[in-house]
Amino acid sequence: MSMSEEITQINGATVLLNALHHEGVDVLFGYPGGAVLPLYDALLDSPIRHVLTRHEQGAVYAADGYARVSGKVGVCVATSGPGATNLVTGIANAYADSIPLVLLTGQVSTSSLGSDSFQEVDIVGITMPITKHSYLVRDARELPRIVKEAFYIARTGRPGPVLIDLPRDVLAQGNVEPFPSDMKLKGYKVFGRGNNDKLEEVAKALSECRKPVLYAGGGVVTAGAEGVLRQLAEKADLPVVTTLMGLGSLPHGHPNLLGMVGMHGTVTANYAVDDCDLLIAVGVRFDDRVTSGLGHRFATKAKVIHIDIDPVEISKVVKTHLQIVGDARMVLEEVSDVFRGYAVPEVADWWTQLRVWKNEHSLSYDLDRLTPQMVIKCLGEIAGEHAIITTDVGQHQMWAAQSYPIVHPRNYATSCGLGPMGYGLPAAVGAQIARPDALVALITGDGSLQMSMQELGTISQNKLPIKIILLNNGVLGMVRQLQKILCEERYNQIQLEGNPDFVKIVEAYGMLGIHVDSVEQVQSALSEAIRHPGPVLVDFTISPNEAVLPFVPPGKEITKMIVR
Amino acid sequence: MLHTLAVLVENHPGVLIRVAGLFARRGYNIDSLTVCQTEDPDVSRMTIVVDGDEQVIEQVRNQLSKLVIVHTVTDLTEESVVDRELALVRVEVTSETRSVVLQTVEVFRGRVVDMGRSNITIELTGDIAKIDAFVHAIRPYGLLELVRTGKIAILRSEV
Repeated sequence: MSMSEEITQINGATVLLNALHHEGVDVLFGYPGGAVLPLYDALLDSPIRHVLTRHEQGAVYAADGYARVSGKVGVCVATSGPGATNLVTGIANAYADSIPLVLLTGQVSTSSLGSDSFQEVDIVGITMPITKHSYLVRDARELPRIVKEAFYIARTGRPGPVLIDLPRDVLAQGNVEPFPSDMKLKGYKVFGRGNNDKLEEVAKALSECRKPVLYAGGGVVTAGAEGVLRQLAEKADLPVVTTLMGLGSLPHGHPNLLGMVGMHGTVTANYAVDDCDLLIAVGVRFDDRVTSGLGHRFATKAKVIHIDIDPVEISKVVKTHLQIVGDARMVLEEVSDVFRGYAVPEVADWWTQLRVWKNEHSLSYDLDRLTPQMVIKCLGEIAGEHAIITTDVGQHQMWAAQSYPIVHPRNYATSCGLGPMGYGLPAAVGAQIARPDALVALITGDGSLQMSMQELGTISQNKLPIKIILLNNGVLGMVRQLQKILCEERYNQIQLEGNPDFVKIVEAYGMLGIHVDSVEQVQSALSEAIRHPGPVLVDFTISPNEAVLPFVPPGKEITKMIVR
Repeated sequence: MLHTLAVLVENHPGVLIRVAGLFARRGYNIDSLTVCQTEDPDVSRMTIVVDGDEQVIEQVRNQLSKLVIVHTVTDLTEESVVDRELALVRVEVTSETRSVVLQTVEVFRGRVVDMGRSNITIELTGDIAKIDAFVHAIRPYGLLELVRTGKIAILRSEV
């Protein structure tokens, strides 16, 4: 076959896959169906790998886990109609946490659009509030440009999910001679370096403060700013608090780290933010899990400097005094450069105060009985700093955030802004695909696990040696805890009495399962799980009475914490 | 306070819903919205009149700018602009009221564009205050139907 004949036989699906390949895509997470038949046909001749999940929601979470761990754009595929709507929670999750994804959804043929045909939904319309941008492709010749734009939009600025809706006839369109792939993004702005005129003011404030706090969020991780943040924190001896998204911005155990701030933050972190005279907020959005939704009563004694890449976040929740719109790493580098000309602040008294709080209110838990925290701590010791951890949503997620020794931020994937149960297992799939040689462990609960348990099949099919650490208390623990504290122990719908024997479940998938119901077995079970070459589930029986503390009740200032 | 925003957007299907959806989702109040193609056929211009304090307007501007399909957002509120609205007004007339209605139209420099047995239709352009005043003046005679375009505005050129 001559070259020109070969080119004229290219259909839309092939043009799409070529464009994905050009963007460096090596894996798609997805689920086939009628509308995407041409795509799955073309995929047979493409170097791009496809990981078949057991539910489209698993595919989008896997792509998300892949993206968080690798820093690359995660890509997922679903067919039209129910396939597309099954992505919705995962898209909302990625949007809430600013995770770069490209979602490829099948669509009915353009001639059937709008006629309520079989498996037709307006997925572009449905996902408009939860995507950074979206496309409905009407001509396969536009695919190279659209794919290029979608990846560019997904990964630049404040990252986010971008959806490309692909009518079946566009995928099947033959003899495609693509239009040039030049992007047409006149209205898309990406902020990089900060506004130079404000750097001196930041450096001056930093030099003159007495009680500073650096408040680090997901923007630090996205920008890869943890190195420069650490240098600045060490140079000026700044106490650092992080959000859930910002965990690992400063490695666990670093003397300047006060811990997580907010609803389940450490007492020291919350007191520090409340009492500080300078708050440098980097890559954060003053989320209500941090501020209790009380923006006007947050860090009221402080001059607040807000550094963020998204201008929309400036003064959205908390009225700040100085704003720099830009990439967290670039801006912190600029601030550090300018700060060289200034004296470091006098913070000895502040640290004395912080140490008093730290000593009075350190996170404490029993290590001599089977508590979730001791399991997590033990896992951290055995797994080591290069292990990748994903979590689900609920009590175990907060225990892990408080107790797991996170050293590298990209080695930790947890869903924050949306909080969807069922995220962790498929996210672990994505993480293991991204980093095949890494030790990947999921910390989960019996409620969350059962929201994505079908993905055990994906793990089995792809022989992914994921370690599932199940903290099994037989209840929906976080809801139970809320009902205990806020509803006077009027428990309702939190008992999971029909729970299966999870060890038998994983054994049915050909995996190793280990029961642990005493503290003496914890170490050996975790060691065995990590030594085992394949996937393992360790089922830890814990008490339903274990609570996540500290806890700031909804609507209360962050200093009003329940600690025991 | 009412702000007038001139928003240049891409001219293709689905753009209006992105803008309207943003306003609905975030609870911003649209007073009026007009949209049509500009001198560049790839670009449409929306004139959006929105109510809110400084902080809300700042958020509206930033949120609009964040949309990929939005090229520029300009707040015309404090600027020197020419602004106009077009109204078509159908008014009931009887032999007794006909002449006074026509006089009122004359005063406001409106034009009669259609005439029926018992009603007339008037075309009127002007700023919002003028249209409001006309509607107020004509209402007692029997306002049957009112169609307004919403405001459009353009910056005055520097002299």
